[in-house]
Amino acid sequence: MTQDAYIRIENVTKRFGSFTALGDVSMDIREGEFFSLLGASGCGKTTLLRLLAGFESPTEGEIYLDGDPISGVPPNHRPVNMVFQSYAIFPHLDVRDNIAYGLRKRKLPKARRDEMVDEMLHLIKLPDYGDRRANQLSGGQRQRVALARALILRPKVLLLDEPLGALDKNLREQMQLELRQIQRTVGITFVFVTHDQEEALTLSDRMAVMARGKPLQIDTPEALYERPANREVAEFIGSMNFFEGRVTQADGQGVDLDVAALGRIAAPDGAGGLSPGQRVALAIRPEKIALSDTRPERGHAVRGRIQNAAYLGERSHYYVQLDGIEAPVAVSANNSAPVRHVPEAGEVWLSWPDEAMRVLAE
Amino acid sequence: MADIAEPAQAQQAARPARRGRGANGRLFYRHERLRGYGLLMPALLFMAAGILIPFGILVTMSFWTQTGFDIDTSFTLDNYAKAFEQPVYQTLILRSLYMSGAATVATVLLCYPIAYFVAFHVHRGKMLWLILLTLPFWTSYLLRVFAWKTVLGYNGVINSALMSVGLIDQPLEFLLYSQSAVIITLAHAWAPFAILPIYVSLEKIDRSLLEAATDLGDGPWRRFLRVTLPLSAPGIIAATLLIFIPTVGDYITPALLGGPDGVMIGNMIQMQFGRINDWPMGATLAIIMMICVAIVALTVIVGTSRLKARAS
Repeated sequence: MTQDAYIRIENVTKRFGSFTALGDVSMDIREGEFFSLLGASGCGKTTLLRLLAGFESPTEGEIYLDGDPISGVPPNHRPVNMVFQSYAIFPHLDVRDNIAYGLRKRKLPKARRDEMVDEMLHLIKLPDYGDRRANQLSGGQRQRVALARALILRPKVLLLDEPLGALDKNLREQMQLELRQIQRTVGITFVFVTHDQEEALTLSDRMAVMARGKPLQIDTPEALYERPANREVAEFIGSMNFFEGRVTQADGQGVDLDVAALGRIAAPDGAGGLSPGQRVALAIRPEKIALSDTRPERGHAVRGRIQNAAYLGERSHYYVQLDGIEAPVAVSANNSAPVRHVPEAGEVWLSWPDEAMRVLAE
Repeated sequence: MADIAEPAQAQQAARPARRGRGANGRLFYRHERLRGYGLLMPALLFMAAGILIPFGILVTMSFWTQTGFDIDTSFTLDNYAKAFEQPVYQTLILRSLYMSGAATVATVLLCYPIAYFVAFHVHRGKMLWLILLTLPFWTSYLLRVFAWKTVLGYNGVINSALMSVGLIDQPLEFLLYSQSAVIITLAHAWAPFAILPIYVSLEKIDRSLLEAATDLGDGPWRRFLRVTLPLSAPGIIAATLLIFIPTVGDYITPALLGGPDGVMIGNMIQMQFGRINDWPMGATLAIIMMICVAIVALTVIVGTSRLKARAS
């Protein structure tokens, strides 16, 4: 556990009847960071968010916010606010009153309150929408109002429950950028729940990949993508080629492997702690593999036959059949150089550098 | 639509024979509003015949005069003048408004928590709950009124119970044949009309709105006042009108339970058409009552929308 934990989740278990939504989860979230919880539906990410909001309380364990335990604090007394998946804009109030909703408790003079609301309307780029009602707003606008309504209270932590899920693709990308920018402007810790890996990679300072009520790996987006800790994370984030194999020799730094289709190969021991005889998967990202007609001089190489090619504009995807394994290897080639037509069913060489390989224990 | 798809020849051949129907059909397809009116028609005609015609007769009659067994059909405002001069009519109208107003308020206040409970705290078998809550409705209105007579009567359930326990020596006389007897009975009889609309409006509230209110700092009570209550206002207004409008003119309950203090304008109207045999006066009182109800109903609707506007 690091020293700078702002939110500390300590051995939290949450059970609903006999169903365990979260099993002994511990994680730290730092002050001012954009932290994402990424996972498929049912992985416990929303439950964890609701525990932070106070709508659920942990069956076991404790959550600390800024050093104080908060499990016993009801949601209306927590310095934590939430942006709901459905936005939850009050339909009987206009935009200004929605944004000012939480201020009532603070007993501010009206002028000050109006000023704060104006500030927020400005921040979310809807300065002229103050007297509209929820049903006069588009999905993206509702989303912004929900954000303003939570941010105006200057919470210690802002929780976002798949806030971009209902938006179409273009708007979604625009809102991602805005969200990131707003987060930097206000400097509040954001905890963001999503099932969209690209969104999590784009937005987060750090993120947790969750499955079956547990975090699989918590790290920066780059580290998760480049150095996944296990096969599940590697599969969940981006696409990945796996080659089954066995460790023949290990010296702490590198390992010698005997891998299907590739034969004997030396690879770096990224995770460490591999021992001879262990079953492993050698993982290589499709975009780290190069295609060529002749065997390249450097790096690892293997010969295969193109089974399928798809031209996607900025890049092309190839599926290459190797002798000795059933599933074709996916290769993603950047089309920045002039495209050379690769004939279907042609023979090619696949090659990759040392650092493209990641050895994962099975 | 269909004839576009047909081969041109067949279309040409068929055209003279079905021009009329085709044109009408197309008109019907094009104009959504026309189709709407088409659907409305049967009910609209029935309502017109069942409401407007009797209403017209009532209005016309209120300008006539009863002379013995005959009716003088020359136009006069005498009945209206009488209705405003004789204090008994005013008293009865005001009392009716008060009593049914009290019954309405009592019903809504008592039924709101029930509707709230079913909407928010019953998770399985909501339908069963609703059916059970409308059980009183399964027996006839008259029977329910008689049942209350048995409960509230001089030797009724309440009095005998209190006496046998020794809390009172004499039966409580104010229970039966009083305004409160009428109000209690009305409140019970009309309960489903309050529960159902309020339940529907509560059930419709998005639960995440309540969580949002809590998240933004509201405790349960404040959240209720700021979110739940305003969002269930349509149900409350519907319940209020559904109960208030028919009970103002009720005459069975006051006739059977009201006693001299509990007589309402409905009883007077009934007497005008019956024993007193002054139909024009009865019509006049009915019209005045209708106007009063309309004013109250409008006030309720306008008042609540003002209140809502001010709250926001």
